[in-house]
Amino acid sequence: MSDVLKKGGMAVPKGRMMPREDRLKPPQWEDGRTGPPNGGEFTTIGKRNRKVEGLAKVTGRAVYADDLALPRMIHAKLLRSIHAHARIVSIDASAALAMPGVHAVITGKDLPGFFGIIPWTEDEQPLAEKKARYVGDAIAAVAADTELLAEEALRAIRVEYEVLPAVTDVDEALAHPELQVNEKASEGNISKQVRLEFGPVDAALANSDEVVEAEYWYEGSTHAPIEPHCCVAELDATGFLTVWSSTQVAHYLHRDLAKILGLPTQRVRVIQPVVGGAFGGKSEPFSLEFCAAKLAMLTGRPVKILYTREEVFYAHRGRHPMRMRYRTGIRRDGKLTGTDAVVHLDGGAYSSFGLVTTYYSGQLLTAPYALPAYRFDSTRLFTNKPACGPKRGHGSVQPRFAFESQLDRLAEAIGMDPIEVRRRNFIGENVKTVNGLRVTSNGFLQCLEAVERESGWKKKFRRLPYGRGVGVAGSMYITGTNYCIYPNEMPQAAVQIKLDRSGRATVFSGCSDIGQGVDSVLAYVVCEELGLELRDVRVVAADTDLTPVDLGSYSSRETFMVGNACLDAARELRGKIAATLAGLWGVPKGEIVLAGGVACASSDPREKAMSVKDAFQAAEAKHGTLGATGWYQSPKLGGDYRGGTIGASPAYSFTAHVAEVECDPETGVVDVKTIWVAHDCGRALNPVGVEGQMEGSAYMGFAEALMETHTFKPAGAAFPFGLHHGPSLLDYRIPTSLDTPELRSIVIESVDPEGPYGAKEAGEGPLHPSIPAIANAIYDALGVRCERLPFDAPAVYRLLKAGGARERWEKARTQAGRA
Amino acid sequence: METPEKTVCRLRVNGDERECAVTAGTTLLEALRYELGLTGSKQGCDKGDCGACTVLVDGRPVLSCITLALNAEGREVTTVEGLAERGRPHPLQDAFDRTGGAQCGFCTPGVLMSAYALLNRNPDPTRDEIAHALSGNLCRCTGYTKIFEAVELAAREIRERR
Repeated sequence: MSDVLKKGGMAVPKGRMMPREDRLKPPQWEDGRTGPPNGGEFTTIGKRNRKVEGLAKVTGRAVYADDLALPRMIHAKLLRSIHAHARIVSIDASAALAMPGVHAVITGKDLPGFFGIIPWTEDEQPLAEKKARYVGDAIAAVAADTELLAEEALRAIRVEYEVLPAVTDVDEALAHPELQVNEKASEGNISKQVRLEFGPVDAALANSDEVVEAEYWYEGSTHAPIEPHCCVAELDATGFLTVWSSTQVAHYLHRDLAKILGLPTQRVRVIQPVVGGAFGGKSEPFSLEFCAAKLAMLTGRPVKILYTREEVFYAHRGRHPMRMRYRTGIRRDGKLTGTDAVVHLDGGAYSSFGLVTTYYSGQLLTAPYALPAYRFDSTRLFTNKPACGPKRGHGSVQPRFAFESQLDRLAEAIGMDPIEVRRRNFIGENVKTVNGLRVTSNGFLQCLEAVERESGWKKKFRRLPYGRGVGVAGSMYITGTNYCIYPNEMPQAAVQIKLDRSGRATVFSGCSDIGQGVDSVLAYVVCEELGLELRDVRVVAADTDLTPVDLGSYSSRETFMVGNACLDAARELRGKIAATLAGLWGVPKGEIVLAGGVACASSDPREKAMSVKDAFQAAEAKHGTLGATGWYQSPKLGGDYRGGTIGASPAYSFTAHVAEVECDPETGVVDVKTIWVAHDCGRALNPVGVEGQMEGSAYMGFAEALMETHTFKPAGAAFPFGLHHGPSLLDYRIPTSLDTPELRSIVIESVDPEGPYGAKEAGEGPLHPSIPAIANAIYDALGVRCERLPFDAPAVYRLLKAGGARERWEKARTQAGRA
Repeated sequence: METPEKTVCRLRVNGDERECAVTAGTTLLEALRYELGLTGSKQGCDKGDCGACTVLVDGRPVLSCITLALNAEGREVTTVEGLAERGRPHPLQDAFDRTGGAQCGFCTPGVLMSAYALLNRNPDPTRDEIAHALSGNLCRCTGYTKIFEAVELAAREIRERR
């Protein structure tokens, strides 16, 4: 860990930050930023619109990274360690280099710098130089005429390893600090430790009517986007590097490429083609981008690297396995008193986003319920496995499972309906959480009411026959973070809009569309403000040469932050057009309406009207070339303590789920029939997109709850520790159309005061309650508590066989009948 | 390594007669994507697990990543690029666009081909029949809900048009 972190926490060295009052502040609009620009009704916002790239995708014309082919392009493959922990004694590539058609071989020595997405924990090399830290750690790369030949050449490379004992899990990592996995650890195998306490936890627990203590285990899972990672790198004759990559953070990739390759940032261009799914799994640089770039620089040829599906599993950066011990107290009136959490995170071999994950494992639990006293003690450990990182709902899906299970137990302990318990602890709007997070808009109560009503909860809870049940859970999530990954005072999101006399608007933004639809959000904003039809807006995105910096697609930040940036730029242009037309027609500016391709004055829309195209031309004649920039910078937020900015967000989304299950008491097979998902997204800019995010999130949570395990094999006679249990889309069981439950989405709109038109996030929040809602439903159905993921048939069968299930089920019913 | 010998492979794709040089081991997906420039069909796993590479061979959905190019000679191959009629999106494609059936879009070409084959043999499928027909196509974004809605909408519109 660096000195900066030790001395100053997450703050930058003093003297580089501006005083709070000088920080960039977004423009203020007279009527705020939540309403329609023309008054009355929205024309585009809130409508079930198409996406800007939708037709390209359905006709097979969308260009993804592997669809690119450049003249003279060659292919590269990576050699990966076959040991989980081994010193690299020597690498002899002479036989590979001698093969006709092989152009270059590189090893760790060729790319000696360290990188890492968090600047305080740069602990990775593109190719491990001295030591391999997991089965699959990349140690060399070959460029050849064809992919097949490159693979053949890998087999000709001789590597001498000195095998070291492998650290397989968190307990071994703690027990054997002398077997250090990662030399950048501050001590032993500790990657990061966070201990934070808010309020008098021990006293609160002592003064509770009921205290529940339990341990939960969240098995790791991976993103498994259908598109494998791919990139193409090309160096032009002037020494200018272009990298096309299936990344979700072009800006951070740009910075790290320049750093590792020793190039000035202004001589590197990163382009994100259409990305085939990411879910957090493409949110940091990977070996392939550095290696393709280096090989392009060495050979003078464009180089492509496409990961195999197996490599995608080993590249990972998915959900951390977490062991979570919780003590939670409640009073008989249903009020929560205190929570004490001890969490161990299995981080794998490298830091990745782990510093943030460790904070998130505790920081994001303090709403939607008021926790009067809260303590968490989280430790991330290094182990000899692929590094874990951010997966949809980064760091907070696991503790949410534990906490919402605790709530179910506490509700039963005091004989209260679990929805009622959640309602009584609602934190409210415009409040601060116990750890100093500012919560503004909050539609959680409406979410609870919606799932209670739509699921027929009151007729089902504790009333269905043995084997069937319902469960509830709630959650909150961030809408972007107020803190940039590397400290600076520049905008977090930006757009430029160009209007021209052709009647078309072009939006340029560094934002990253990974299927969630942010490019379309920008187009909807421009249509709404400038009265254009959707087909008359073009979005140019995620190209570091053409577009202003946006920090990328992570932490559910895009709609809120880049949407706001776009709103401000579009309003500036709207102001110029309105001023022009107001002068022309002799009416007040407020009368100018731009909608559906037409500009008019509301007092005389028959006579005082023209096409928007003519209006653009009139404005261009008056003001000169039309363009505007917009940017977003979040206000300074967060608690006044080390780590207090982590988890601070300009807005929070809220979700409630009810899951209904049908279980087989003989075999333990759990069939999730329906999940009702109510989500407060502020305002749905396009309900189709919001519902899609809610359904996709609930699906992914269901998948983790019942099917997916990202686990590694113990050492066997024929192979060492660390092989993935099933690195394929057949063995790693992701749900098909037949496995997935019916998903019913209910959009709740709280209209956030600071979001663009009131919008908040929808991409990650709706995943959180799936797992605990299903666990709680299984308890209602069978009388067994699932504390370990996944809740597959063998696991549930074992719980049933442990005894007492039917008795607990009867008792819960009797108690509910009395309540 | 010996360079594998190449032979000319004659394929009838989307109604066009096409030729390319392939080895005995070249898959239909590789021939389509890298030899014929038809990059609409996607590679998600390269071993028949995910369905992103689904194309029609003589009207039946097949996984082109585990089908040899030479085995498709003399047969009618249809890819996602062949669904549009005179540049107008097929009703299925249009319905996927309107209902949000495609998010990242990477599984979409394969899903569309399975759905197209389904509607050709069953113009009015139940949701259960749709789920069965698409069970070989993994989608990681949508939770399948909007995909089902899209297929139902397209089926209705195609029936009404007839």
